Amino acid sequence: MNLSAISVVYRKELTEWLRDRRTLISTVLVPLLAFPILMVGITALATVMIGNAQKEVPKIMILGGDDSPQLLERLHNLDKLAIVPYADNWKDQISNKEIRAAVDIPKGFQKAVAGGTAPTVNIYYYEGELKSSFGANHLQTAIEEYRDSVVKDRLAANNLPASVLSPFEIKQQNVAPPEKVGGASIGGFIGYAVILLCLTGAMYPAIDLTAGEKERGTIETILSSPISRFDLVMGKFLLVFSASLVSAILSVTSMGISFAILGHSHLMQSSGGQSLNLNLGLLSVVAVFFMALPLAVLFSAVLMTIALFAKTYKEAQSYLTPLTFLVVIPAVASVMPGVELTPQLALIPVLNTSLVCKEIITGTYHWNSILLIFSSTCVYAAAAIFVAVKMFQREDVLFRS
Amino acid sequence: MIETRGLTKVFHDKRRGQIRAVDHVSFLCKPGQIYGLLGANGAGKTTTLRMLATILEPTDGTALVCGHDVIDEPEKVRANVGFLSTATALYPRLTSQEMVEYFGRLNGLDEPTLKKRVDDIFSRLDMNSFRGRRCDKLSTGMKQKTSIARTLIHDPQVMIFDEPTLGLDIMTARTIIDFIRECRQRGKTVIFSTHVMSEVEKLCDVVGIIQSGKLLAEGSLVELRDRYHENDIEEIFVQVVTPYQNSSEA
Repeated sequence: MNLSAISVVYRKELTEWLRDRRTLISTVLVPLLAFPILMVGITALATVMIGNAQKEVPKIMILGGDDSPQLLERLHNLDKLAIVPYADNWKDQISNKEIRAAVDIPKGFQKAVAGGTAPTVNIYYYEGELKSSFGANHLQTAIEEYRDSVVKDRLAANNLPASVLSPFEIKQQNVAPPEKVGGASIGGFIGYAVILLCLTGAMYPAIDLTAGEKERGTIETILSSPISRFDLVMGKFLLVFSASLVSAILSVTSMGISFAILGHSHLMQSSGGQSLNLNLGLLSVVAVFFMALPLAVLFSAVLMTIALFAKTYKEAQSYLTPLTFLVVIPAVASVMPGVELTPQLALIPVLNTSLVCKEIITGTYHWNSILLIFSSTCVYAAAAIFVAVKMFQREDVLFRS
Repeated sequence: MIETRGLTKVFHDKRRGQIRAVDHVSFLCKPGQIYGLLGANGAGKTTTLRMLATILEPTDGTALVCGHDVIDEPEKVRANVGFLSTATALYPRLTSQEMVEYFGRLNGLDEPTLKKRVDDIFSRLDMNSFRGRRCDKLSTGMKQKTSIARTLIHDPQVMIFDEPTLGLDIMTARTIIDFIRECRQRGKTVIFSTHVMSEVEKLCDVVGIIQSGKLLAEGSLVELRDRYHENDIEEIFVQVVTPYQNSSEA
């Protein structure tokens, strides 16, 4: 191994990489902007949409209820609802968003309630449509209030206290520290994001430095120089690895800033109803990077190996697209509720790192698992580099026709 | 000095089976001489030269370049070789100067030597006007000059040219031809492949005619003319190649 030669290749590849708009977009711009756009943008949009939906006074149609004046009066007196006259095509009107919901008060409802039977009031709405849901919720609340008043009157008539119906209170209390609460909510997502961006950040440089070199006709030029194939692969590999890390670092930084903005803005409170603690410890972030390092090595080497097999940039892209799915599936699986780290899962690349990152973010350090995952991923990474070097020594791969 | 001994290259193709691209080729190329490898497309010229440049490894036989075996000491061979072909392109996002410097560093030149060599070569080849321009913005002639500078930067003793004028305009091709002559004057060992007869007549001290991977005839132009009783090199080429072509087609 000639470190000087590796350094020469690395510096040259870095110069070219910094001058390539295509790879800069995928490695720098996308990780920097993806989270602010996704999180701040989508949250802000959702807030605006929910706000608009909440401001609207929904049009509601009442079906029947002529013999139940008490409930009718309650509904008519509500400022939150605009009652429209009955029409036979009320279902179409809901589907066409002309009215938001309809309530069906069965015949003899008031009499049945007074008689002690339990009639059913149906609320019709457009499932999945936000404004319709709000209209239906307003109706539900109004009818529940009416039911509560009936119950209250009955208790009073029988000289019974309100506590008869609720003899005690139940309250859930969180005892976990705020950073663990935040970590549990977003821990899996951070690991998933870091892993995915390690992959996407390395993808374009890996293609450019292998299939791109073949396509441009420079592979024969570089192979005619005295550098050994091993040093050449290592120089190229280090650049791809750097791109992968830069991408991951930028994404986490950008994610941290996005969370900080969201945590201090009114957006989270107004949309979610409660504030989410998004403070992540520096130690957790450093630990996540530490765990992502061998994975970035693995990705870089695998991407280079596969891309080298291709003759052109486009061909390499088509080879690497399925690989993205292979990485996304275990990464997504780790985010699923109930998927916990086990000794067996600790040996599955990508899934193991994603799961351990989820634990690290919540401040849980299972050192045996961490050691097993780090060392197993290192072994996979070393094997991938070995294969990459071997591929660079195969004439049928370098000069595939 | 280049000495090939039974140099052979066999490729394996899924559809066509084994392809013997170069078949026991032996020749000697001395310093201060230009050896021309003359052959039609697919004759085995490029494969032979790629083996000499250690880009491909021989299946059988071997070659010595400046005393180094292409199989055992490929890196030492490459340190003594300047390889130029139409397939050896330039890095588009590097400038002409960066391209040449990159290959100087890969050849282990220290920075003061590198700077001196770059300045010398850029002045000699009249390249100073575009030394800071990116290679993807260069004209064909400028690109060829940059490629020449790239092959010269480590002052190799052996120059290998694989159809260096293919697809070039007359003026750019002339630059290459002049450069090959200059290499001979400087005492370098030069081997180049071509299928252009006029280039052979202009340049070659020794000609080897290759067809279907076999070296069918070899000698100076005078020797070949005497042997085949023919003055026109194209006619000599046809005389040498045709019987073999007929037998291989039969």
